[in-house]
Amino acid sequence: MTWTLVLTLSAIAYAFKVAGLVIVGGRTLPAVVDRCLGLVPAALISALVINDTLSSAGALVIDARVVGVGVAAVAAWRKAPFVVVITLAAAVTAAARALGVLG
Amino acid sequence: MTTTATRDHDRSLTSDCVVLGAAVGVFGIAFGVGSVAAGASIAMTCVMSLLVFTGASQFSAVSVIASGGGMLSALAGASLLAARNAVYGLAMSRRLTGALPTRLIAAQLTIDESTAMATARSESASIQRAFWITGLSVYVFWNLGTLLGAVIGTAVDPAAVGLDAAFPAGFVAMVAPHLRHRSGRWAGLIGALACLITIPFMPVGLPILCASVGVLVGVREP
Repeated sequence: MTWTLVLTLSAIAYAFKVAGLVIVGGRTLPAVVDRCLGLVPAALISALVINDTLSSAGALVIDARVVGVGVAAVAAWRKAPFVVVITLAAAVTAAARALGVLG
Repeated sequence: MTTTATRDHDRSLTSDCVVLGAAVGVFGIAFGVGSVAAGASIAMTCVMSLLVFTGASQFSAVSVIASGGGMLSALAGASLLAARNAVYGLAMSRRLTGALPTRLIAAQLTIDESTAMATARSESASIQRAFWITGLSVYVFWNLGTLLGAVIGTAVDPAAVGLDAAFPAGFVAMVAPHLRHRSGRWAGLIGALACLITIPFMPVGLPILCASVGVLVGVREP
C-alpha cells in the first residue's frame, strides 16, 4: 500500500461522486448504460467473495475460510444484520482453524 | 397527520439512519484491521477512509494489495466499484436540494447506504433528512471504526481470530441485496465464474476485473 494509491483512489472516487451528482445532474444516461452500471456491484463484489475466499497468492486454495464464508452467506441470505454476518464468519473460521477443519 | 405523529416519524427515521451508521462502523473496524494487515500504515488507512469513503472500493484495493497484486490492478478494480457512486449521484441529483457548495459536500456522502435510505422515501423533506443523517452518521462511524481497527489491528493475528474471513463475509453481506433480482443473479454468477476460472493463471487483481464481463447481462432488455 502506498500514498500514491491512497491519494489517486481518493481523487477517482470523488470524481465519480461529483460527476453523477453535480455535473451530469438532471440529464439521463442511455437506458442500457444505466442497466449495465447498475450490475457492477453484483458482478464485481461476487468476484471479490470468490477471490478472498478461494485464493491465496494467486492460486486456488480451499481452507477454513470456506466454512466461515459459507455460514455468512446463509446468514446474509436470511437477512441477518451486517454485524452478525461478519462476526459469524470470523468466529466460525477461527473455530474451524483451531479444530483443524480444512487446515 | 398530527404534529406528534410527524415528530415520532422523524425520530424513527433519525434512529434508523444512525443505527445503520453504527453497523457500518463495525465493518470499518474490519477494514482498519485488514488494511494494516495488508501493510498499510495507520495514517494511510485512516486517510483512505476519510477521503475515498466508499467501502467496497477500499476493501477491494486492500484485498488486491494483500494478495500480492500491483498498484494498477488494485486501482482499476477499486475504481470500477467506485463508478457506481456516479449512478447514485444521478439518482440523487433530482431529489437533493441545495446550491453548488452543498452539493459538493453531498457528493462525498453519496454512497450505497445514504442513497438507499433516501430513495426509499417519497416526501422531499424526508429524503433530505434521510440522505444527510445517514451520510453523516456513516461517515463518522466508518472513520471511527477504521481508526479503532487500524490501532488494534497491529496487536492481533488476523488469521487466528478469523479476520481473513471477515472481508469476504462483508462482501457477501454487501452483494446479497444485489442478487435478489434475476439480472443481478446472472451478473453475479458470471462475474464469480470469470474470476474463479482466471485466478490460477492471471496476475493477482486481474480476475476481479475479468468479472466485469458480468455487467453485459444488462445489454438485454429486461
